[in-house]
Amino acid sequence: MSITTENEQLAYIASQAADARVNVEVETDEGMTLNLGPQHPATHGTLRIIAKLDGEKVVAAEPIMGYMHRGYEKLTEVRTYPQVTTLINRIDWLGSFANEVPFILAAEQLMEVEAPPRAQWIRTILFELSRIANVCLFLGDMAVQVGATTPVFYAFRDREFVLNQIERVTGGRFHPNFDRIGGLKDDLPKGWIEETRGALDRMKSFCDEMEELVLGNEIFQARTRNIGVIPGDVALSYGLSGANLRASGVDWDIRRDANVGLVYDQVDWKVWTHPDGDSFARFWVRLQETREACNIIEQLLGSIPSGPIMAKVPRIIKVPEGEAYVATENPLGEMGYYVVSKGDLTPFRVKIRSASFSNMSITPWILKDVFVPDIISILASLYFILGDIDR
Amino acid sequence: MADIPEHLLKRAQAAREKAETEQPVDEQPSSEPAETDTAVAVVEEEVIDVDEKAEKTLNKIIEGLGEKVLSSHIAPNRGLWIRVSSENWRQTAQFLHDELDCTFFDWLSVIDWMPSPYGRELDTEQDIEPEQDSTEPEQMEWGYTGGDTRFQLICRVYSISNGIGIMVKADLDNQSPRALSLIPIYPGANWHEREAREMFGVTFDEHPDLRNIYLPGDFEGHPLRKDYPLLSRRMKPWPGIVDVEAMPGEDK
Repeated sequence: MSITTENEQLAYIASQAADARVNVEVETDEGMTLNLGPQHPATHGTLRIIAKLDGEKVVAAEPIMGYMHRGYEKLTEVRTYPQVTTLINRIDWLGSFANEVPFILAAEQLMEVEAPPRAQWIRTILFELSRIANVCLFLGDMAVQVGATTPVFYAFRDREFVLNQIERVTGGRFHPNFDRIGGLKDDLPKGWIEETRGALDRMKSFCDEMEELVLGNEIFQARTRNIGVIPGDVALSYGLSGANLRASGVDWDIRRDANVGLVYDQVDWKVWTHPDGDSFARFWVRLQETREACNIIEQLLGSIPSGPIMAKVPRIIKVPEGEAYVATENPLGEMGYYVVSKGDLTPFRVKIRSASFSNMSITPWILKDVFVPDIISILASLYFILGDIDR
Repeated sequence: MADIPEHLLKRAQAAREKAETEQPVDEQPSSEPAETDTAVAVVEEEVIDVDEKAEKTLNKIIEGLGEKVLSSHIAPNRGLWIRVSSENWRQTAQFLHDELDCTFFDWLSVIDWMPSPYGRELDTEQDIEPEQDSTEPEQMEWGYTGGDTRFQLICRVYSISNGIGIMVKADLDNQSPRALSLIPIYPGANWHEREAREMFGVTFDEHPDLRNIYLPGDFEGHPLRKDYPLLSRRMKPWPGIVDVEAMPGEDK
């Protein structure tokens, strides 16, 4: 098979990639094309990156996704509002509860319903717990991508404590489907608050462990310092959000600056930023945020108000006509839902703004002129979840 | 009740009935102005309380863009919408980026305002087939800021320094929906525009690479358009129907 045009080259790679276990290399006059994935361990799912190389240097890199596209935006149009949460649970599957919140808040805005304070408190607590569960895995995974295997086992081990707490309230480790329009499905079980404090202590010592084990490590620093630097203005123009943005020195957090419906204003906490914008900074910011999340939850646990957990909502939910956009600071970054309602049982249109989609759109820019091994560490530090890209 | 003589009750009843039939004309004018007064007062208060920030921003936008802003909408503390024509799409984004410091590119998408020609009855097992030709223009209802055409581009940009997000809508031509790409201003628009292209068939001029992003290259049709059938519902009856049990005392 003679490969001359670029299209033929891509077709050849695609035919080889059907096997999906090998990385294919094609040698042409212009250099080498390296096909990374779709099943590479660094991709948390099935993301494929076609990198054109000049020696060890990447000339151009192009991510190919869609392997997991499930068409949620279309499916929401044939689901009632309460049914939609089942779907959107599966967008970012490591922090599922956080996915439900902005959609429910958008529907509540349109219905002009407000959840009672107790529900808002518990929502915020579960929201932050899912952040810990999500970012915890990142902390371990990032280390494993640069060659340290121990942290990832620590991460999986300690994440269980948080997942257990989420499971005790919601009944689901990964897909709680617990948030309702107007409140929550259920109240906290007995003894939960004390147990959660225990889990938080565990997470704090996990953060300390990670700091000692990973951050101070010479190899880790060599692999991440000054690698994959994203300046703040570039990050903004690509729509990066969450820790990726704050690691580029932009002091912006939806929880503090554009909070809707959650009770972050009741807590004394801090937004962490880092001026460097490199892979190291992204790891560092996420580590601090995990600690801060423990801090937020601890304060909230002590001040949960009493009262009902559901506001009065009709049994059959019809959302009045209107449009609303609500975004929250999810573990991966800004996640928002633009809900257009025509007063029916089902949404007319839902646009899902997922964090990883925008976070990953910077990859062609950032992977230019880096070395092959750095592709992995940069991708890992950007932290994406395939379900969150493909939706 | 037992203590009141029956004839008095009857008289009271008669008086009440009389009042109900005769009085409403007199009563309503006396009660209504009071109601509207309070309502107006509440609305005014809300507007003042609401969104000084959004109002200010909107004024700035109208000052800068003039008649290019076709319409606007402020939902108190929820958002600010403006609508422009598709010719002014990029210019508007440039203005928001330069003058209002909206440097954060949030997202871009399209709304298809055509009512779905397929059934949306939740209890039917399968989609109802469209009766008429779906290309025929139907009565469309637009959301905030109104509209003229079936497809509307919508994009949200955010200004971190001012702390306000602005949603910009643009009407697109029905036959060949197209607009200028925003990539020169916001490079992050690249993937969003590719997605809008494959899902809605909107062309973005000057976009360097409008290939499909999710769907296979030879995929036909634009799945998020309202007249594109949801195929999974054709193949298999809607599973929700299985769970529906008759209420006690209900036949079927």
